[in-house]
Amino acid sequence: MTKKKVKVEICVGTTCFLLGASKLQEMERFLPPDLTGRVEVQGTACLGCCRNDNFGSAPFVKVDDTDVIANATLEKVINRVRRSLNL
Amino acid sequence: MIMKVANNAERIRRELLIRIIRNFMRGTLKDVIDRIAVDMRPRKERPSRCCVYKDRAVLKYRVMAMLGFGIEDEIDEAKALSKYLKEATERQAPDDNILSVLDVACSACVESQYLVTNACRGCFARPCTFNCPRDAIQVVDGQARIDHSLCIDCGKCTKVCPYHAIIRVPIPCEEACPVNAIKKRSDGTQVINFKSCISCGKCMQACPFGAILERSQIIDVLNAIKKGKKVVAMVAPSIVGQFPGKLAQIAEAVKLVGFELMEEVAHGAQMTTEHETKEFFEHMEQGDHIMTSSCCPAYVETVKKHVPLLQPYVSDTPSPMRFTARVVKEKYGCDCVSVFIGPCVAKRKEAQRSPKVDYVLTFEELGSFFAAMNIDVASLKGIKLPRKVEGYARGFASSCGVTSAMLKESTKTVADSNLDNDAKFINGLDQKTVKQLHLYGKGKLPGNFLEVMACEGGCVGGPCVLGDVKLATRAVKASTEE
Ligand code: FES
Repeated sequence: MTKKKVKVEICVGTTCFLLGASKLQEMERFLPPDLTGRVEVQGTACLGCCRNDNFGSAPFVKVDDTDVIANATLEKVINRVRRSLNL
Repeated sequence: MIMKVANNAERIRRELLIRIIRNFMRGTLKDVIDRIAVDMRPRKERPSRCCVYKDRAVLKYRVMAMLGFGIEDEIDEAKALSKYLKEATERQAPDDNILSVLDVACSACVESQYLVTNACRGCFARPCTFNCPRDAIQVVDGQARIDHSLCIDCGKCTKVCPYHAIIRVPIPCEEACPVNAIKKRSDGTQVINFKSCISCGKCMQACPFGAILERSQIIDVLNAIKKGKKVVAMVAPSIVGQFPGKLAQIAEAVKLVGFELMEEVAHGAQMTTEHETKEFFEHMEQGDHIMTSSCCPAYVETVKKHVPLLQPYVSDTPSPMRFTARVVKEKYGCDCVSVFIGPCVAKRKEAQRSPKVDYVLTFEELGSFFAAMNIDVASLKGIKLPRKVEGYARGFASSCGVTSAMLKESTKTVADSNLDNDAKFINGLDQKTVKQLHLYGKGKLPGNFLEVMACEGGCVGGPCVLGDVKLATRAVKASTEE
C-alpha cells in the first residue's frame, strides 16, 4: 500500500514571495527523515489571503486543500503535516 | 565573503514599504503614518530588541528613511512622521547622501578581535603560545587567554590551533566596506564618511542589526504618479529572474502600478556596447595599456575617490541607464518623469549626476508597489514590450556580460580584434580587489580590457535584489539566448 501524501501548496504570489515564500519553496530538502516522501510540495498563485490588511501575515501556505497557515515557517508547516498524517 | 540571506530586517523593511505605499495610494498615509510602529509592535507581543519601545523607535526611523530623510539630519526628536511626509511630498529633488546609519539600531559591535572559544582544550603542544609573535597568549586554568593589550591582530593563533578554537570576531560593516569608509565613533556606533563612501551598499547588506538605511525615493515617485505625470519605468537588465513571471508580465504589472510604460535598460546597454567597443579601439590606438568598463557606478566612484592612477583608462561611454534615459526623454517629452529601477544603491548617486534620470527605485521597492496594490505578476496575461532588445544586451546583468557583448560587437566591426585575448574581470569589490585596481592603474597587471563589477556575480548580486543570485544568473543567461 502506498502511503498517504499530504499536499502542501506554497503561495508564490508577489506578496508572499516578497515576505519569505521564496525560501519555503525549497522545503522538501529540509524535511525530517520520517516525512520524506510523504509530502507533495507545489507552488500556487496568490491565494487571495494577502488582499486585506493582513498581508503582514504573509507568507501563506495551504495544506490539504483546506487549511491555510499564516506567517508560515518550515516548523509550522511540518507540524501541520504531522497532524494530517496522525504522526 | 558576505552572503545575502533572507532575514528579519529584510522582512520588516518590506512590510513597512508595503504599508507606506498602500496607504499613500489610498490617501490615508498622513493619518496612519504615526501609528504604523504601534500597529506593528503592540505592547502584548514579544519584542525583537530589548523592549517594544525600542522596536517602535527603530521602526519610526526606518519610516523616516523611507520618506527620504537621513537620520543624521534629525533636529527635533519629537517631530512627527506626518510632518516629514508633508516635507517629502513638497520637495523638488531628493537629497545628496543616500545611506544613513541608524545609531539607535547599531549595536556598537565590539572592536574586532581574536577570541578563544571554549573549544580550547589547553593542549600540551600549545602552538598558539609558541607562534604568537608578541607572547600575548598564556594558558591559565587549562584555557588559552589572549592579552588584548599585547595582541596585534595578526591571526597566527587562529591558523595554528588544531581545534580551531580561536576565532576572529569582526565588525561586519567595516569588513564589508571595500574602501574603509565606515568607522566607529567614540561611543562605539558606526558612522559613514561620505567623502570616501562609494555607495556600494555592502555595509547595508552586511549589518546584522539592519542599522544602515537607504534613503528612499518612493514618495517622490508616488507623488509624480498621483499628479498624473507621465512616469516612465526604466528597468535594469537584471530584472529577469527577480519576480516569478516573464518580462511581458512584469511590463503589465508596472503599467498597473501607474507608470506610463516600461522600457528596458537593456536597450541602452546595446548603445553602450557599440560606443564602448569603438572607444576601446581608440584607447588602444592611442597606445594606452588598458581600458576599463564604466557601467558600474560604485566602481567608477571607487576609481574617482581612491585609485586616481586608473582614472584616465576608465571608459567615457555613458552607462546603459544614461542612454536609456536619453531615449526616454526624447521619445516621451522632457517633462516626462524617468525612473530607473534596479538592484543598486550606487545608481542613486549616478542618477544625481545624470540630469535625464529623475528618480531611482530598487527591485525591492518595485516588488512592494506590486504587493501594496495586490498585483500578482505571475497571474497576469502580459503585454507587448515597446521594442525588441538584443539578447546579448540583457547579459549586462551578470558578471562578464559587458565583455561578451563587446566581443560580439567587435567581431561585427573589426575582423581580427585583440579584445578576446586579454580581457580581465574583477567580480566583486572588496579590500583586496581595490588593491588590485591600484596595480592595474600602474600597468603592473596583464590585460587590455578590465571589466569591474562592485557586486559579486554582477548586478544580479546587487544589494537590493529579490531573487537568489544563482537562479537569477541562470535566468539572465537564458534571456540572452532568447
Ligand atoms: S500573494 Fe500569497 S496570498 Fe496573495
